[in-house]
Amino acid sequence: MTDVTLINESKKGDRLSREVLMNLGPQHPSTHGVLRLLLQMDGEIVERIEPHIGLLHRGTEKLCESFTYTQIFPLTDRLDYLCPPSNNLGYALAVEALLGIEAPERAQYIRVLMAELSRISGHLLITGALPMDVGAMTALLYTMRDREMVMDLMEMISGVRMHTSFCRVGGIREDLPEGCAERILEFCDIFKNRIADYERLLENNRIFLARVENIGTITADDAIALGLSGPNLRASGVDWDIRRDAPYEIYDRLGFDVIVRKDGDCYDRWKCRVDEMRESLKMIRQCIEQMKPGPFLVQDPKIAFPVDKSLLGHSMETHIHHFELAAYGFKVPKGEVYTAIEAPKGELGFYIIADGSEKPFRLKVRAPSFVNLQALSEHAGNMRYLADVIAMIGSLDPVMAEVDK
Amino acid sequence: MGILTNQFQDNVFFATADSIINWSRKSSLWPETFGIACCAIEMISAGCARYDLDRFGVVFRSSPRQSDVMIIAGTVTKKMAPIVRRLYDQMPEPRYVIAMGTCAISGGVYNTYAVVQGSDLFVPVDVHVAGCPPRPDALLHGFVELQKKIAASRVLRREEPGAVPASIKEGA
Amino acid sequence: MPDQFPLEKIIEHFNGRVVVDKDVTDMPCVIVTPKDLVELCFYLRDNRAFRFNFMSDICGVDFLPQLPRYQLVYHLFSIPLGWRLRIKCLLEDPPKAPTITDVWTTANWHEREAYDMYGIVFEGHPDLRRIYMWEEFDGWPMRRDFPLRGYKDQYNPMGAERPAEQKNPVEDIL
Repeated sequence: MTDVTLINESKKGDRLSREVLMNLGPQHPSTHGVLRLLLQMDGEIVERIEPHIGLLHRGTEKLCESFTYTQIFPLTDRLDYLCPPSNNLGYALAVEALLGIEAPERAQYIRVLMAELSRISGHLLITGALPMDVGAMTALLYTMRDREMVMDLMEMISGVRMHTSFCRVGGIREDLPEGCAERILEFCDIFKNRIADYERLLENNRIFLARVENIGTITADDAIALGLSGPNLRASGVDWDIRRDAPYEIYDRLGFDVIVRKDGDCYDRWKCRVDEMRESLKMIRQCIEQMKPGPFLVQDPKIAFPVDKSLLGHSMETHIHHFELAAYGFKVPKGEVYTAIEAPKGELGFYIIADGSEKPFRLKVRAPSFVNLQALSEHAGNMRYLADVIAMIGSLDPVMAEVDK
Repeated sequence: MGILTNQFQDNVFFATADSIINWSRKSSLWPETFGIACCAIEMISAGCARYDLDRFGVVFRSSPRQSDVMIIAGTVTKKMAPIVRRLYDQMPEPRYVIAMGTCAISGGVYNTYAVVQGSDLFVPVDVHVAGCPPRPDALLHGFVELQKKIAASRVLRREEPGAVPASIKEGA
Repeated sequence: MPDQFPLEKIIEHFNGRVVVDKDVTDMPCVIVTPKDLVELCFYLRDNRAFRFNFMSDICGVDFLPQLPRYQLVYHLFSIPLGWRLRIKCLLEDPPKAPTITDVWTTANWHEREAYDMYGIVFEGHPDLRRIYMWEEFDGWPMRRDFPLRGYKDQYNPMGAERPAEQKNPVEDIL
């Protein structure tokens, strides 16, 4: 498909040490999706890596230009499909910034609650998938079992296991059902012990450590120049977390630690995520404790459906607004905004240019995995063998739908 | 009538060769681990502890040469389509295809310049499992439907007159 | 806009080559011509008063039928100081811009994406190839005159009809 001449001509004829161009194709158990890598190898030693992406490019951004603002929520779900509520939150914040409104407090608490639950869900998969890639297959089965618990909670709250599309511009689709808070607290109690189990299983395991320690080290300066964000950046020693340093929603009322590690190797990136799950549990508990009853959607009939559905029965005006919103969508005044949130993978940014109509003029998604994956091609750190490449991909945690949009 | 009549005990079964062959094929369907997008996560969930696929005889194999069924889980883009076709061609017969999720069935919500509007445009699909993404139970249901389809197929017996022969259906 | 952000220092230093975009309200925004872009980026990264060491995003925009048609939007962030800045660069048709991969390594893939989607050629880029679409793809998908469903082929029968004057591209067919 591409004309790539990576092979070093001088080494071609040497029988003892010949360079090979190997294809780690899109169908591979440990490429975490449709990622194609071209590896220039000298025997088992990897000299250059060239990722070929775009095998899942679906044209989301162009599609967004012909969808109304509310219709785009399901498209944002499918960006980082391991944690859809986070993407919804980022997009909702961007549109609310354009409109100049703020969601009611209860809605903010619930959105943060869903975002942190999805952070646990996203981190759980990589907590199990990285060990599975390097050989410890048990971990994945246990983390998927816990992921099922999180999916049950999501189903209880929003009706869907994945792809919740739960946020709306100005709040959320509907309030938490009864008994949900108790179930979430039960989950927090069970899950706290499970994180300790995963750590005990892996963090002193000599084989796992030999596979991931001192592999793929990225220094802090390199990490910043590469645009890494999220756990990948914090594992290299850069102390920056948007939730603490530029707080959005109600993150400024929650107490949590930001996990920063200093070596920047694969083990640090993995451990960062495991510890972040613990912090997310803390935040979820605080959300449940601090949440007060109130409206779950902004009460502006030109932007959102009415909170009190019985109004539709006897108010003509509400009915007309509801019809207009459902048929045409709300108009957003001219302007542009760039909003960034701390998604589980890193800095998820939405740049929206609005032109006064009900569809965005341009919507650009700053996908963290797209930027994180570039670290692979820059061949960061001491990644010598092919086996190390697999560990590196797992530790960077790319989600191909986000890389390819 | 004759010396063989009623000579066998009750624990000896007679069956057509076809039903034995079909039973063995449907009870050990080995899919290829080929998750493309979001549906892959539900496929992994279906293979894990809660919705165990292993009890159906389903063992995920990494290589297409060792697999019986390909689950196209996710959106197939135009860039990816030749690769999916190549993997399908590498599978030995009898081979089946399950299109999982609306993107694999018909392009889903992505009617754009880069997405193939349905995997049946380049591979013959046996079972469609609808959903976005389909629940793991729906994928299990898809496997059960595929098993029913395999059980009803004719392997050694001649096709019924008037029916489309299997060889033509297969090579579509 | 944060009032301690010394936007005037940039304007003063560049002496009229950099202009403030007053229509933007969510963060400081400056407009610069392509030929001053690299100098501005080095200044913002290296100057102790700004220290924009993190480049968040490069976004291409197509304003057809308005002229100038193309625009490149850069989002910068300063991790030590916590400031965000937007830089806009207006480009004519056919769009060309200098590369800033020497300033921030992350710009490499962002610029490849802008090239793939809009056809913006980045002069000096180490490896300017398509990143999302396949190499032989004909057309720049995100441009406003490119149809959403692409052109009709065996993969998408709902695509638009190719206009008569466009050549038939060699596509990767089975």
